[in-house]
Amino acid sequence: MAGLTGLARSLSKQKIIWPILALAVLFLFNLIVIPDFFRMEWKDGHLFGNLIDILKNGSPLIIIAIGMTLVIAKEGIDISVGSVLAISGAIAVFMLDGYPLWLVILAGVFAGLLCGLWNGMLVAMIGIQPMVATLILLTIGRGIAQLITSGQVLTTNDRAYQFIGKGHLLGLPFPLFIAMAVFLLVYLFKTRTAFGLFLEAAGGNKTASSYAGIRPKVIFMTAYTITGICAGIAGIIISANVASADANNAGLWIELDAILAVVIGGTSMRGGRFYLGGTIFGALFIQSLTTTIYSLGVEPSSILLVKAVVVIIVCLIQSDLFRQSFKLVKKKVAA
Amino acid sequence: MKLISLKISHNNIIVLATLLLLFILYGSGAALYKGFFSMQVFLNLFIDNAYLIIVATGMAFVIIKGGIDLSVASVVALISMVSASLFQHGANALVVTIVALVIGTLFGAGQGYLIQRFQLHPWIVTLAGMFLARGISFLISTESIVISNSVYVKLSQYKIYLWGDHFITISVVIAIAVVIAALLIGRYSSFGRAVYAIGGSEKSAVLMGLPVARTTILVYTLSGLFSAIGGIVFTLYMLSGYSLHLMGMEMDAIASCVIGGILLTGGFGYLIGPTLGVLCTGIIQTIIMFQGTLSSWWTKITIGFLLFLFMAFQRIIVMRKEKNALPASKNKPKFENKVVNL
Repeated sequence: MAGLTGLARSLSKQKIIWPILALAVLFLFNLIVIPDFFRMEWKDGHLFGNLIDILKNGSPLIIIAIGMTLVIAKEGIDISVGSVLAISGAIAVFMLDGYPLWLVILAGVFAGLLCGLWNGMLVAMIGIQPMVATLILLTIGRGIAQLITSGQVLTTNDRAYQFIGKGHLLGLPFPLFIAMAVFLLVYLFKTRTAFGLFLEAAGGNKTASSYAGIRPKVIFMTAYTITGICAGIAGIIISANVASADANNAGLWIELDAILAVVIGGTSMRGGRFYLGGTIFGALFIQSLTTTIYSLGVEPSSILLVKAVVVIIVCLIQSDLFRQSFKLVKKKVAA
Repeated sequence: MKLISLKISHNNIIVLATLLLLFILYGSGAALYKGFFSMQVFLNLFIDNAYLIIVATGMAFVIIKGGIDLSVASVVALISMVSASLFQHGANALVVTIVALVIGTLFGAGQGYLIQRFQLHPWIVTLAGMFLARGISFLISTESIVISNSVYVKLSQYKIYLWGDHFITISVVIAIAVVIAALLIGRYSSFGRAVYAIGGSEKSAVLMGLPVARTTILVYTLSGLFSAIGGIVFTLYMLSGYSLHLMGMEMDAIASCVIGGILLTGGFGYLIGPTLGVLCTGIIQTIIMFQGTLSSWWTKITIGFLLFLFMAFQRIIVMRKEKNALPASKNKPKFENKVVNL
């Protein structure tokens, strides 16, 4: 018994255990309440089912959350990802009319890169507080996207473009492969280069890291640029999935979901250590929660309510102070 | 003579810049468009933005303390929804108003408690609060509910005539009263001083023996209360409750604070700033309305550009301050740290 509690204690120190635990609890709940939740079907050479839906619809969120993890790791934040996503989607769908597909995709991603550079420049070079710096693009971004689409919802019939969002590869949805590729690239970038270490160092203490010879400015610029690229990719996936670009509503509030995914994943908003794997589980958890609420037949409007309660509970459980106060109560009861 | 000595210093240059911008914007509007330079156009700025002034002023306290409150817009929507739904069930106007104030205050206090007691990040807590408030108003109804209560309708249509046929509404009076109250609280109460001190440096505030925990909870409570007052004013303005009211208004409130010269790192700013910031954005909207051919997204782009200008401006001032103060404080890592965090 002592060994078990010891194991539990050492496990609870592992940050990644919390999002996995949350996801497991959610799935357990689904297993009991919704019998059909885990059923999968093989139709027309593709897998269908709730789990596949989660992976497919969650892909843009996963991609954006990966980028968000990097900026939050340096005690920053990027609240403009939703607007960046709208811009890149708008540019891509706008350019589909007359340009080859590869150029369209490149332009969408490049738009994200430019936005990321702009954010990075404001934060790292001019030294504006991250939240305010990205607030500018949050405000302007949707305006620019509307400018590109002339305030309308652009639609496209391009099959090849739609494949990016709706297509299937090896029976699995195509966006999932993009998300996996992005994760692998960023993960390799983090572990195989010094960037990850530098990012954690600079996020932990900027002054100390600059004395240690790290150039925080370059690190911050890189982090924001990667986030911008991620948002650009997500923008293309989302616009391809619905075969249209909506400047007003594309990716609305996705920045908030992404931040939640990062925090549930165990990365502290105060900077320092970051957990890419945790973020993936955090994003999957949020997407699963949405799907669960839909399949429960509850009104979609109550998703926000459930999300709020669950987020607070998950954050409280992660908080050491909360667990301590809980332990105190238990001791008092025992005495 | 000390009272009217208006020296331009680091402390007031940003707020003076906002004032200057206000004059330039209004002047260019007046020069460009016939009928722009009228008393009623100016008064309409207040009438249309009364709720935003109140909410942004509440937000200013939170930002000066060094926090953030993302839930304000949702709370306003929730108040409008609760009021409309209570009226539907035949409630009394006074009861509705009190219930609205209580809901806002409790909501803010709850958020403050979570942030302070468990040291959760204000972003996460108020984000959850934002979801929660929207979720509750969705639960009440997804449709828009029109308010037909005779007292509210009368209050909303009541005009206070100033000169000739120029008028303001009761909302404007409430907004002005709230701003004056905020100014007094910020300047003359121990709570106000504690807010500025905590925003400057929380550790120093703890060491000074200031009631940090209590002030933190109070700041969010105050923001909740101001959101509730803003919600009542907004309900009067719209005479309807709708769960999708004011999506994204929390960012407008934050932007108004920034344009009004409140540093988002906390500890600095005048509480009149948000009002000036709201007026600036209001004038831009009016100009675009007078222009007629410009589309609404130009409002967003212009406000974003202004945000950028002001932030760059604030940054230049802070950098000049650093330069001036650096020789004296070369051996103070504390100061350097603060600057780096900006």
